[in-house]
Order: sequence, then C-alpha cells, then structure tokens
Amino acid sequence: MDILDYAFMQRALLAAVLVGITAPAIGIYLVQRRQALMGDGIGHVAMTGVGLGFLLNTSPVWMATGVSVVGAVMMELIRWYGKTRGDIALAMLFYGGMAGGVMFINLAPTGSNANLTSYLFGSLSTVSESDVTAICLLAAFVVLVTVGLRRQLFAVSQDEEFARVTGLPVRALNLLTAVTAAVTVTVAMRVVGLLLVSALMVVPVAAAQQLSRSFTATFAIAVAIGVSVTLGGTATSYYQDVPPGATIVLLTIGAFIALTALATPLARRRARAASAAREAGDPAECVIPASREAAGKAGV
Amino acid sequence: MGEPVISLRGVRAELGSRPVLRGIDLTVGRGEVVALLGANGSGKSTAIRTVIGQVPVSAGEIELFGVPRRRFNDWRRVGYVPQRTTAAGGVPATITEIVASGRLSRARFGVLRKADHEAVRRAIGLVGLADRAKDSVNALSGGQHQRVLIARALAAEPELLIMDEPMAGVDLASQEVLARTLREQVAAGVTVLLVLHELGPLEPLIDRAVVLRDGCVTHDGPPPQAVGQHALPGHDHVHPHAAHDAEPIRTGLLS
Repeated sequence: MDILDYAFMQRALLAAVLVGITAPAIGIYLVQRRQALMGDGIGHVAMTGVGLGFLLNTSPVWMATGVSVVGAVMMELIRWYGKTRGDIALAMLFYGGMAGGVMFINLAPTGSNANLTSYLFGSLSTVSESDVTAICLLAAFVVLVTVGLRRQLFAVSQDEEFARVTGLPVRALNLLTAVTAAVTVTVAMRVVGLLLVSALMVVPVAAAQQLSRSFTATFAIAVAIGVSVTLGGTATSYYQDVPPGATIVLLTIGAFIALTALATPLARRRARAASAAREAGDPAECVIPASREAAGKAGV
Repeated sequence: MGEPVISLRGVRAELGSRPVLRGIDLTVGRGEVVALLGANGSGKSTAIRTVIGQVPVSAGEIELFGVPRRRFNDWRRVGYVPQRTTAAGGVPATITEIVASGRLSRARFGVLRKADHEAVRRAIGLVGLADRAKDSVNALSGGQHQRVLIARALAAEPELLIMDEPMAGVDLASQEVLARTLREQVAAGVTVLLVLHELGPLEPLIDRAVVLRDGCVTHDGPPPQAVGQHALPGHDHVHPHAAHDAEPIRTGLLS
C-alpha cells in the first residue's frame, strides 16, 4: 500500500475518516428535524472565519470554528424569536458570511481568492500537522455529543414540543446541536470544502434511510457510508489525480442511487410479507357489521 | 373532588394580538376525567397549551400539583399527547425508539435502565402494538400513530395525562383501543384532561365537561347528554357530516 508511505497521505486519510464519521453523525439530527440545509448555511458563514484567519494571521481552522459557531447560534436564535421573515434573516446571514469571507481574504496581505478556493472545495493534500490536531479534537467533541446525548437529541429532533414537556432542556440541546453542526463544518472544511460539506451531512443519511427501519440502524449505516466514501474518494484522488472533495461527494450520491435501486425490491418484499400477515389475521373482504345490517333491514 | 391537580384562575392568553383566552377558570381534581369541548377556535387547545407552558399567559395563575407552573419542574408526573397526525420525523424510527423518548423524564442523564426498558415495553403493550414494537412508524396507519403518541406519554407512568384531540383522524378500531387504554389508566387513578371535538366513545369515562366559547367557559358540569338517536346504545358517533365539519377547519391557527 504505497498510499500509506507518504506522511501527507496519512494525514489526509485520517482527516477523511474523521469527516466520514462526524458529518453523518450530526447530519442525521438535522435531517430528522428537517433542517437538512443548515450545514450549507453554516458553510457559508464559516467563509468569513477563514477570511478573518488570513487577515489576522491566525489559524483559519480555529477562526472558522469560532465564526461558524457564532453564526449557528444566531441561526438558532432567529428560529426562536424569528417571526414571519426568519428566512430573510437567514439569507442575509448566509450571503453576508460569504461576502465577508471574500472581502477579508482580499484585504489580507498574504491572502487571495486562490487561498479561499482550497477552503471552498477542500485541499486534502495540504492538511498540516496542526490541522490534524485541530480536526481530531473537534471530531472527538462531535462524537461525544452525537453519541453520548443521542436519546436527548433524538427526542428534541423528533418532537420539540413533547420534549419540552418531558422536562428536557430543549433550548440548550438546540444550541448544542447548532454548535456541533458548526464544529463539524470546520472539521470537514479541509476535506470536502465548505461548499460541499452539507452533502456529507445529508446524503449518507438519505442513502441509509433506503435500507433501515430504525433510527439506530440509520445512524450506523450512514456513518459506515460516510467512512467508505471519504476513504474511497481520498484513495481515488491519490491514484487518479482528481479533486478529493468532488470525488467524495459524487461517490456519496452514487451510493444513494445504488441503495435506492437495491431498496425498491426490498420494500416490495416487506410490503408483501406485511400484507400476508394481515390477511392471516383480518378478513380480506369488507364485512358489514351485523348491527348495522340489522338496523338497515329494520328501517326498510 | 380530590385535591386539585390542575388549577387555572383568570387565565388570559393572546396569540399575536388576538385574545384567545379571556380569563378562564378551570380546576381538575385528582382522579377526575375532564373533557374540554368547544368549536374550532374556541381556545381549548390554547388552554391546555398554557398548562404545559407552551403558550405564554398574559394574566392569571396556573398551578400544577399545587405548584405555580413557573416553578413546576416535576414533569415525570405529566404525560402529554400533542395534537399530531403523525409520530414520524425526518428519519425512520421504530415504535420502541419513539416511545422510549417519553421515558426520558424518568431517566437520569438520558440513560435507560432495565426498568425503563420494561416500562417502554409495557406502554407499547397498553396500546396494543406489542407485536409491532420494532416496526418503523412510517408503516403505521393514522390511528396507530395516535396510539404511539399515547404510549409515549404513558411510558413515564404519569399521574396526569393531558391530551389534545387524541381521537382526531383515528379509525374505529384504534378508537376502541384508545378508549380501553384510557379506561385502564382512569381505573388506576390517573387524572385526565383532554380536548375533544365530540365526546364519542370516551363519553362513559368523562366525569365533567368544560365547554369553551370564544375564550370563555360557558359550561362546567356533567357532560352534555346525547339525545335522540345519538343516545342509542351502540351508536358509534361516526356522523356523515362530522368529517366535513372537522377536516377543513382543523387547519386552524391554534394547532
């Protein structure tokens, strides 16, 4: 395996695996609460962080983490207090974040749009030692939250109102979800890029749903798909000289299509089994209740 | 009447600038089964949503188990069935997974122990879905969704059940299961406050009916007697006109 001989490829593969785990792990809760595009919004906001990192000559990864956490918290606050025009406020946040990124990076003495491109579309081979440290720490946080608090996050994402009546700290959990999603975006930023990160949060979950009936199974399958496509995409980009971020996302969509095709006969078989079970229990034909029939005759 | 479990005094609430509750008084004693009746838009859903703290109150006092609602945090004593047409979310989930979230009020740090898993299994059995516990809720009918929501509320073994239109859109077989489940809960001493569109198969269980109209209480006493053909034994209260009345208007602002 000559791919493992190079230190930069070892770092790239490690980062890829961590993204493959974390992105679907938080993405499943976003999909469950029907906020599948939240990751995309955070990705836009994170661009301001990258630009600020260049401008202030600090680590773009940590700066992007800080700014996208602030952005995600703002999105959550808009969702609470937002009246009818919440979507407009979110749009302004997204595009303001993107414009801020372009502006700051051009103001920076060392920055140019070329630097920004490596964050927009990922740049696996330039992942440095310090990037790997940051990615490991952030990924550990994401796994801790998404697995450790899975029951609470499941309840809040399934039915927020009910969760409040069970006494769960719903606001705190919503904020934690937003912060964790923001952290995941910056973990994935170097691997697939800010513009494609949402794909890794959403598409593995959508693909896993084709096969699963339970939340736990969906979670496990989505993470398995995530790890497979990030590893597969990274290896492909090494051997074929194609951009890793785009390869990973196309592989994920390929997995979705393949599983959907596979799931159709599976669903049909399940439906047949279910209807067979039903026929064993219930009469297959319509039956008029005896009392109604009697009443009808009496009336005539 | 036993000690009050729920007590509302002069409660007012607005949705936007529109007054929905104009000073209502309501007391539910321990072990009582009270139905909130009224037309769509009369404020009955809002009334129970103020009790569980989902709608802010602009005036008046609310107490749960004798504790002012603002300071009440013993939510394990309350089982809540929200008005929903589905128990499903954006990701597949089994009946057991959804009902287990109702047990979180009794689980420390969200860790379910053996007794908790048993309580979840029991709750699913109470609504007659034991053989489908591992099925995805996406495969269920509307009435079965409602049974899942009720099992979720029962998983915490509450002393007080608050239900918002549990019979809405429920098929006859599920209505009977729900009525039986509720009868067992009442026999075990559980207090019930429920919003109903019509008394229906739950009629024999109900001790007291409170009728709301335009955000005011217009009747508080024995349930209104059914007359004529409605009073015949075996009358199943499925009126041809009920579907027209109930469906288009239920998209109301209160839900």
